[in-house]
Amino acid sequence: MSEEKLTQIYIMGKAYDVPAGITIMDAMEYAGYRFIRGAGCRSGFCGACGTVYRKDEDYRLEFALACQEMVEEGMHLTQLPFTPAPRSKYVLSELNAQENVLLQHYPAIARCVSCNTCTKACPQDIEVMDYVQAALRGDLQKVAELSFDCIQCGLCSMRCPADIKHYHVAQMARRLYSVTASPKPEHLTTRMQQLEEGTFDAELNELMTMRLDDLKQRYAERVVEKKGEAS
Amino acid sequence: MTGIPYFPGCSLKDTAKNFESSALYVMEKLGTPLEELERWNCCGTVSSLTTDDLMHHLASVRNLIRVQDLGQAELVTLCAMCYNTLARSAQRINADPEERDKINQFMDREFDYEGNVRILHLLQVLKERIDWSKLDTEVTRVLEGLHVACYYGCTLVRPKTVAIDDTEHPTIMDEVLEAVGATAIPFPFATECCGTYQVVDRRDLSLERSFRVLQSATRAGANIIATACPLCQHNLEEALRELGGKAELGPIQIVYFTELLAAALGMDAAELPEGLNQLLTQHATVEGGA
Repeated sequence: MSEEKLTQIYIMGKAYDVPAGITIMDAMEYAGYRFIRGAGCRSGFCGACGTVYRKDEDYRLEFALACQEMVEEGMHLTQLPFTPAPRSKYVLSELNAQENVLLQHYPAIARCVSCNTCTKACPQDIEVMDYVQAALRGDLQKVAELSFDCIQCGLCSMRCPADIKHYHVAQMARRLYSVTASPKPEHLTTRMQQLEEGTFDAELNELMTMRLDDLKQRYAERVVEKKGEAS
Repeated sequence: MTGIPYFPGCSLKDTAKNFESSALYVMEKLGTPLEELERWNCCGTVSSLTTDDLMHHLASVRNLIRVQDLGQAELVTLCAMCYNTLARSAQRINADPEERDKINQFMDREFDYEGNVRILHLLQVLKERIDWSKLDTEVTRVLEGLHVACYYGCTLVRPKTVAIDDTEHPTIMDEVLEAVGATAIPFPFATECCGTYQVVDRRDLSLERSFRVLQSATRAGANIIATACPLCQHNLEEALRELGGKAELGPIQIVYFTELLAAALGMDAAELPEGLNQLLTQHATVEGGA
């Protein structure tokens, strides 16, 4: 068996040798760190593990999802468990999308100086500054479209010199846009009705009482979408 | 790119949509269409005067880079505030290679700004590049009977370095509106401040200043005021609504100068402000009956 190739990294300033080619999150766990917060789906979707790092001899602070980015020789790592960013309270159905409600709920967007630091911080390569600018002029559609890949990791808001809560602004815009401008999805309406009528209650109760092995088998054999069923 | 590169600014997409729609209509009709930059950001709203505060010029410079990316060297604005901010930033950054370099270093994801973009206000394009003598005589009849007080406010004419006309006695808007048949009424408060963003926390002060502008215009015999700035428009409208009942103020309408041009050039009445339509109908009836 060939010897495992190791990479030297630094976590909170202390050097560790970890196997090459593993993710930042795996490397930190390898070094003995245990994630109670700041880890979620481990697949690059939930946004819980947004993190920063530096490479040797590079002036830039880099941004990534710890579960996605591979470690490199000389990387300096730390853990950011969470980005505190208060969210405005609103009842979607009571909002008037005609007025610039984004500006009313998140007035800090008017403080944007177009420095683009948010965009540089985004691990999803979203044009964050551009959607903040669209929010400023009340263009819900543009905010919704540009921010579609946002996973709410919050790195943008952690870096912003104007203290804008980008990802909350974008989420509000997407919600507003979907209730005011997008067509109502038929399958969702049907499914909601079925749920309320208890169509799946018996099936769900059956699953609750099944043995783990049977449940696994049922899961493996499941049909995600029946042929001809509206998606 | 088929038209002149154009920067709308945030207000024109929100509270001043009629300013933009009328301007686009006019320029299309005149055969010199405006073409909105595909990607743009807020102008920065106020041009920072602090010598070491380059951060607040980033917004403007990014917009200049969008123009440069198109291979163009001019950018037209409608909002007087955007005009002022962009023009002052452009002047400063165009003239100072060291500051330009510093900004370029910071904006490492953009192409370097080379310092060659000039900011124009739509009034300059209308005055310098349109041959008004070729206008159909039908056009000049529409605005007959309209006594327009052209309100410039501050940002089109101050400071002198970015003034689009004489700082004390500008006439550029008067000339353009007279070219389409309106009667321009000079009035003493044409370049007084409306109170600008003081309206946010010193509303009384702003309303009082704007009311004095309205008073000055009506006393001079105007029945309509033309503006070139969403904030001036807002403040004058607020003053009219709140203090307009005062006896010493005659009947007066407040519109964007582009709405008057659009009316003359045949924009559908449904797209124009109701007050302007009423005024136009009144005068057409008077003319017709005479």
